[in-house]
Amino acid sequence: MSARPVPAASSLLSVRALTIAVPGPTGEQATVVDGVSFDVAPGEIVALVGESGCGKSLTGLALLDLVPPPVRIASGDVLFEGRDVRGLSPREKERLRGGGVGLVFQEPGSALDPVRTIGSELVGVLRRHRGLARREAREEAVRWLSRVALPDPERQMHALPQAMSGGMRQRAMLALALAGGPRLLVADEPTTALDVTIQAQILSLLLELRRELALAILLVTHDLGVVAEAADRALVMYAGEIVESASVPDLFDRPAHPYTRGLLASRPAAGEAGGGRRLPALAGTVPEPGLRPRGCAFEPRCPEAFGRCRAARPTLLPAGGASEAACFLADVPAKASR
Amino acid sequence: MSAVPNPGREDPLLSVRDLHKAFVRRAGLLSPAVRVAAVNGVAFDLPAAKTLALVGESGSGKSTTARLVLRLLAADRGTVLFGGIDWMGLAPRDLNARRREMGVVFQDPATSLDPRMSVEDIVGEPLVIHRLGSRVERRERVARLLSSVGLPASARSKGPHEFSGGQRQRIAIARALATEPRLVVLDEPVSALDVSVRAQVLNLLLDLQRDTPSRPAYLFIGHDLSVVRWVADRTAVMYLGRIVEEGPTEALFSRPRHPYTALLIASQPRRHPGEERATPRAPGEPPSPAAPPSGCPFHPRCPVARAVCSQEVPALLPDPAGAERSTACHAPLGN
Repeated sequence: MSARPVPAASSLLSVRALTIAVPGPTGEQATVVDGVSFDVAPGEIVALVGESGCGKSLTGLALLDLVPPPVRIASGDVLFEGRDVRGLSPREKERLRGGGVGLVFQEPGSALDPVRTIGSELVGVLRRHRGLARREAREEAVRWLSRVALPDPERQMHALPQAMSGGMRQRAMLALALAGGPRLLVADEPTTALDVTIQAQILSLLLELRRELALAILLVTHDLGVVAEAADRALVMYAGEIVESASVPDLFDRPAHPYTRGLLASRPAAGEAGGGRRLPALAGTVPEPGLRPRGCAFEPRCPEAFGRCRAARPTLLPAGGASEAACFLADVPAKASR
Repeated sequence: MSAVPNPGREDPLLSVRDLHKAFVRRAGLLSPAVRVAAVNGVAFDLPAAKTLALVGESGSGKSTTARLVLRLLAADRGTVLFGGIDWMGLAPRDLNARRREMGVVFQDPATSLDPRMSVEDIVGEPLVIHRLGSRVERRERVARLLSSVGLPASARSKGPHEFSGGQRQRIAIARALATEPRLVVLDEPVSALDVSVRAQVLNLLLDLQRDTPSRPAYLFIGHDLSVVRWVADRTAVMYLGRIVEEGPTEALFSRPRHPYTALLIASQPRRHPGEERATPRAPGEPPSPAAPPSGCPFHPRCPVARAVCSQEVPALLPDPAGAERSTACHAPLGN
């Protein structure tokens, strides 16, 4: 079982031994997030990266105690600015969402009320979280729309979400998530539904907002390109566990976990044509929750597995520098990976 | 009339000229109907056993082009020669008989495979429709197909929902190849897949093109430039219903001639955090196909636009330096 170290003094968010479970078809509990611990410092962009089903989105939702039933947080602590999020009253939780922690999703359309104008939503947020009078709130709303570079913000105040393009909706969603003055933004695949030229615009907007507002961002993504582009630190998840924690340069320069190395290698080479060559692919697929191997969850796909990997489950171990990896070979210098 | 992209080469397997398709759309119940030119004079050639990628952002018309070639949609005008046959002119009966020569794989195998059918029936159905082989022969063919896409023989009696996304895409590929087509249209075949599985499926597609006796050509619709660069022999970049640049993939990526191609390449997230790169300055978003700008469709966002660009639509013209490339630009880069 993971120990529960005290949260780092400088941390804005501390997650300790977070475990999330889903009831299976026959009533037994399948663990989908298993003992996840990490910290986010003020102004830091941390990527939670992994493939579908690895538990990254549920981890993001758990920070606001928004895990959708029947999924539930089985155990663990989420401390935001030192306070236990799960112990807050419903009223305090309401204030936390938007006021302390903002949230944006992949498809902003689904999070926006289709019959409310962007302006009316924004004014609502500003009155609720910032206590502004209607008139001030309206002026501040226009400033926010202009801050996220929505063209013609006065006119966009009256726009309904479905009249906007995907890129514009994501800008509006960012304004809504940030207007309440949060210190942390949880952004779950914020650019995945967008075209690549618009993705580049939104990522540079996120970096600008971080700089100006000293905003911390938990960037939930499957895309290593987005990690390279925008994050300071990365947590790689596999089958419900963090398998590697590293600064972004270290993650790409000397990945410590064989899964990270496999993910990085399976991307088509930059600036290179394949000419019919095969890509180095990871074999096999992610184990289903509830059907995980007893030892390391990655062992069946791991090119470097040995006897111990089948018998015991590795925890996060120092892997050189500030990196940690859940691998028995973490402290063995890795073979050249690039 | 559209330019002929690559004159003087041997007859291509697929030759598309002056293809047009417009849709009539209403923004709301009471809004006036608007004519949207989804595909606007598209022309390209695809040689046998090669891969041509159509790349572009949403609304570029790449998927509509694929559906027109497949005749899942009727074109407003234009010609498609497929193996020398006037494909658009085929009567429905003849078309149905010849459909087996084109296979198709869509983006999302969760919705494109019938959940009530077994894998054996899904993969074998094209053989039944085209009355190919006896029952026993069909069973053997399905077994060979499943093995060629890396699925166990035990898969045949299961339903598609019992498989992961990557395995479902393997089932879709087996079905597309069942009738030994000479052309397979791949519409974002790996976009819904996770990174580690995406590499497996791309490898499978490359292996099958090389090892299948019918050596299928691929028309690969995609938006991920790194994937396209890896798999395609030639690439055509689309913007707002038109091809703006076409050429050998490597030349096009390493020396883009159209400013939009250059923007697409620069907008790719960097592959490594240490990569130094100027942030692309791409003001605005692609305009609505319902209200395209005058002249070159890219001119409102183009960093090098001139006066002529807002007045005249540039034709897709062969590169004066040859090199089998064409660009639709009044002021191509590198001149």
